[in-house]
Amino acid sequence: MAQIIGAITTSHVPSIGSAIAKGLQQDPYWKPFFDAFGPVQGWLASEKPDAAVVIYNDHGLNFFLDTMPTFAVGAAAQYTNADEGWGLPVSQPYKGDPDLSWQIIDSVMAEDFDLVTCQEMNVDHAFVVPMQLMWPQGAQAAIPTVPVTINSIQHPLPRPERCFKLGQAIGRAIEKWDADKKVVLVATGGLSHQLDGQRAGFINKDFDAKCMKAMIDDPQWLASLTTEEIIREAGSQGVELMCWIALRGAMSGHVSPAHQFYHIPVSNTGGAVMVLNHQTQPMRQAAE
Amino acid sequence: MSVHFDIPGTPVFTGEEAKKGYALNKMCFSFNEKAARDAFLKDEEAYMESYGLNEAQKQAIRNRNVLEMIAAGGNIYYLAKFAGIFGLGVQDVGAQQTGMKLEDFKDMLIAQAKGPVELPGLAAVKH
Repeated sequence: MAQIIGAITTSHVPSIGSAIAKGLQQDPYWKPFFDAFGPVQGWLASEKPDAAVVIYNDHGLNFFLDTMPTFAVGAAAQYTNADEGWGLPVSQPYKGDPDLSWQIIDSVMAEDFDLVTCQEMNVDHAFVVPMQLMWPQGAQAAIPTVPVTINSIQHPLPRPERCFKLGQAIGRAIEKWDADKKVVLVATGGLSHQLDGQRAGFINKDFDAKCMKAMIDDPQWLASLTTEEIIREAGSQGVELMCWIALRGAMSGHVSPAHQFYHIPVSNTGGAVMVLNHQTQPMRQAAE
Repeated sequence: MSVHFDIPGTPVFTGEEAKKGYALNKMCFSFNEKAARDAFLKDEEAYMESYGLNEAQKQAIRNRNVLEMIAAGGNIYYLAKFAGIFGLGVQDVGAQQTGMKLEDFKDMLIAQAKGPVELPGLAAVKH
């Protein structure tokens, strides 16, 4: 059976992509954030996952308001990127893992999550930027992925508890997958930021710290947040925390931090990166 | 029960806004394509007309005013594509909405590394 070996969570701000395109990794403004990915790349090199489930929110590349899925899952052999309108270079396509996609779709639908499934899908900066940070050698070097998107644009958004439960169902789907594969979970977005309104520029260091700690030891608190609380505490685009909450739901075993980083600001955002180890069996039992 | 959050200076893109802003957001969504960006720059009025923008939306676009676009139903993720036509990013957009100079807006972001700061943009909405 497949196993979930751990998780990586990161901010996905477009200007990170622009800094990559301009080669600004060593620029004083960007260096702290890029340096945080050395340990992430090291973890990937030593743990060698076979596939990644990437939970993120589309910002108007693949989906528009004509058809806005609450939860969508990619089921393609490859995922293309495209022009988002603000000058980021278009990335090479990323490999999909259709077997894992359908394992997740079949299993999660059987648990009453009515997903939208996509056999063609443009992935935007929220997918591509984290992939570039994890695999800077390029799309060909990256492991196959299954993109999962959560509507973060049009309210009502799914309740955080629902996102958590979706994550739990995805976790069960992966662990029931009859394949000798190691899977890493990736969630992108956040942490606190607000792009719109007179409160634009709002960042909340204390709330972000609380969220990062809870990712390790208090997932129920994350699941119990309301959308309104998240907007109040993390800003209107802080709702991307939903992706982190879904990811945390997928880890039912023992979670321990392998790497953590937080830096203000990354563009308008509280920039956060975490690597979490996951052991399916509690450590105490594993030792017996 | 429709969604309603009362958080100062914080737009929430509800069904009401999505309905009101559909034409504006659809036009901005089109700016993913270079041909659309070029067509807008070539004849802005004709381009807005082809998407059926109402007068408030057209005037907000003419004014290049993000708060007016949001009031007319615009969503920031699509509006960012409009800003992109002029090479403007989220910090430029943030500075405009908060009535700050770009450098002051950037300094305000950096200052939050030490903890909460007074957000000048909120002074305009507090009663």
